[in-house]
Amino acid sequence: MKAAVIVFPGSNCDRDIKIALNKFKIKTIMVWHNDTYLPKVDLVVLPGGFSYGDYLRCGSIASKSKIMSEVIKHAEKKKLVLGICNGFQILVESGLLPGILMRNSNLKFICKNVYVKVVNNKTPFTSITKQNEILKIPIAHNEGNYFIDKKNLKKLTTNKQIILQYCNQRGLINKESNPNGSLMNIAGIANPTFNIFGLMPHPERASDALLGGDNGKFIFNSLLNHARN
Amino acid sequence: MRLRVYVTLKKDVLDPQGSAIKNSLHNIGFKSVRAVRQGKIFELNINENDENKCLTETEEMCKKLLANLTIEDFKIEIAE
Repeated sequence: MKAAVIVFPGSNCDRDIKIALNKFKIKTIMVWHNDTYLPKVDLVVLPGGFSYGDYLRCGSIASKSKIMSEVIKHAEKKKLVLGICNGFQILVESGLLPGILMRNSNLKFICKNVYVKVVNNKTPFTSITKQNEILKIPIAHNEGNYFIDKKNLKKLTTNKQIILQYCNQRGLINKESNPNGSLMNIAGIANPTFNIFGLMPHPERASDALLGGDNGKFIFNSLLNHARN
Repeated sequence: MRLRVYVTLKKDVLDPQGSAIKNSLHNIGFKSVRAVRQGKIFELNINENDENKCLTETEEMCKKLLANLTIEDFKIEIAE
């Protein structure tokens, strides 16, 4: 399996995700945002960070960069796209995923381990997890408060596009286990064909026991599993 | 031609920053403030004198970049 990691000015998790992908034997190429050519890959990753200093709205300027029209073409061919944290913000700003990520409701930058529940395990990104499996993965963001209007929220739920929801250690999805005010505790969503996945938690920061946890490896193993089948 | 664009949160979208500002105004004695909504202003200087062309183009700018229509509304006015 081959992946391309897009590097924007202000990306800061690009090398972390490369190391994680390499650990799982996924070959990785770094691609600069101003390039107009996207190498032939199975997966495009939009990494975490603060592209363009979060100017205007998080991810809004990066979503209009030159390489993004190639990423959109790649996605239209039903190939895989993964957006982590700022990458998720870029995906919603580019229109590849619905909704938007607003400022955390407590107005604070939150950096801590949280629990998320896999509420749809029938996607290329979650295929090796059990339905409703609980994972401990860190978040680190100021704008992770997912919002979408009622009509489109209904579409999300009907199509089972909600993939991860914040929960407590026992898997209870409630207000107390919601770190950022996100609608329905949403931590990660996919497009209707499940080839595009955006999430606020950082799986690459939980991809090795040395990092304090390896629950994030679900995503890499799922991708490998998807590639095998 | 100079134009001014106002980008504001839609009515039903919560504005935690606005609430924090309201609380702060209360703390310094402005108790009469019932609600605060925060927004953005863009001042554009466009190399075009045709008013209609300017307005149409700015509307496109708002839809494509300046505002996110999921949560924001925009208003355009001619600044001069």
